[in-house]
Amino acid sequence: MKINISYDSDKPMYEQIKDSIIKSILNGELKSNEALPSVRQLAKDLNVSMITTKRAYFELELAGFVYTVSGKGTFVRLESLDKARESKKMQMLDALSQTFSEMKSAGIKKYEIEQKLNETYGGEEQNV
Amino acid sequence: MGEKNKMYNMALEVSNLSKKFDGFSLSNISFKIEKGSIMGFIGENGAGKTTTMKLILNAFERDGGEIKVFGLDNIQNEREIKQKIGYAADEDCLCIGSTLGAHAKAYAKIFKNWDEKLFKKYVELWNLPLKKKLTDFSKGMKMKAMLALAFARRPELLLLDEPAAGLDPVARIELLDILRDFVADGERSVLISSHITSDLDKAADYITLIIDGEIAESEPLDILEEKYALISGSIDDLRGKEYELVGVRKGEMTFDALVLREKLKLFPGVAVHTPNLENILTFSIWGRRERRRKA
Repeated sequence: MKINISYDSDKPMYEQIKDSIIKSILNGELKSNEALPSVRQLAKDLNVSMITTKRAYFELELAGFVYTVSGKGTFVRLESLDKARESKKMQMLDALSQTFSEMKSAGIKKYEIEQKLNETYGGEEQNV
Repeated sequence: MGEKNKMYNMALEVSNLSKKFDGFSLSNISFKIEKGSIMGFIGENGAGKTTTMKLILNAFERDGGEIKVFGLDNIQNEREIKQKIGYAADEDCLCIGSTLGAHAKAYAKIFKNWDEKLFKKYVELWNLPLKKKLTDFSKGMKMKAMLALAFARRPELLLLDEPAAGLDPVARIELLDILRDFVADGERSVLISSHITSDLDKAADYITLIIDGEIAESEPLDILEEKYALISGSIDDLRGKEYELVGVRKGEMTFDALVLREKLKLFPGVAVHTPNLENILTFSIWGRRERRRKA
């Protein structure tokens, strides 16, 4: 599992850790029921506070990506790959909305976007 | 019952502590340290960090307030508490004419939790001579010796006053690992003051910021990071809204400022970053000075 954190990001450290772990689930590096490093070990490895890693695991658990067995550790939840995909999808849609607003203010017309869209998705209506 | 449990979970409870000196006063400060956690204690020189630690140790008398260590009053139960508290500070708390080996022998007799194996581990890690007189130690070596002694005592509450001062970068990073290991069993806690805030960014669970003898913040680190935002932009973005900032540093055209995250919407178009402890410390102090100047 690779975790990239930056001290220079606009995201809090625990969120960077959380996002990295979701990414690892998404790309298959972390499998269902696989154990995550202990809060203490991860803090040591990343050279961050334990409260930071605790918070990251807490948020992951809250979002349903992992579960904790007291005394044993934190594990990847079975359904978390679906969840990770869903969350990635939401992220991409959010990014798209952002891009659309930028395009709108840059004067790009709706039909121009539709043209581009059709190049990728084809012309037919897709309702699914 | 619930209240009793809570008490048990606290390593240190400082309530309304005050102490007046000539030209300085500690005014009704309160903060708590949970068992198993590291609290970073930050503030300018002379803000009251060392005074607070010495009051916890009952090195001199407090004027008012209360200090409880594991639920026990620190004066009434001084003898019992002294076994539980370890202390290492920038100023020497070693017998300088003696050797580190002699200190270890004495510590082993005085402190019932003394861990010889752990002591040897630090002696080896930092290459500390046992038979050399401490007068011949460099400043950094003395600090390492003090830390080795303090950790090997296995105190339940460890007070470290500027332990990073004089340490080389390697030892400083090693100290962070040692601190994390020290609290890992959930029973031991640390109060550590340091001007090297980037170390505390990496190791502290809680932060207490003290300014001019008053507690300005005492929060978990992640909550602090969320509470504030660091913003930068052009001076025009500030017009008429400067009083909304916690603190600001202005250039000719641009500014950097610390602002409560809930007030971010007042400043559209500025660049937003998560602040580190140095940002929180410095902007809080600058803001306070500025307000005092205007008052």
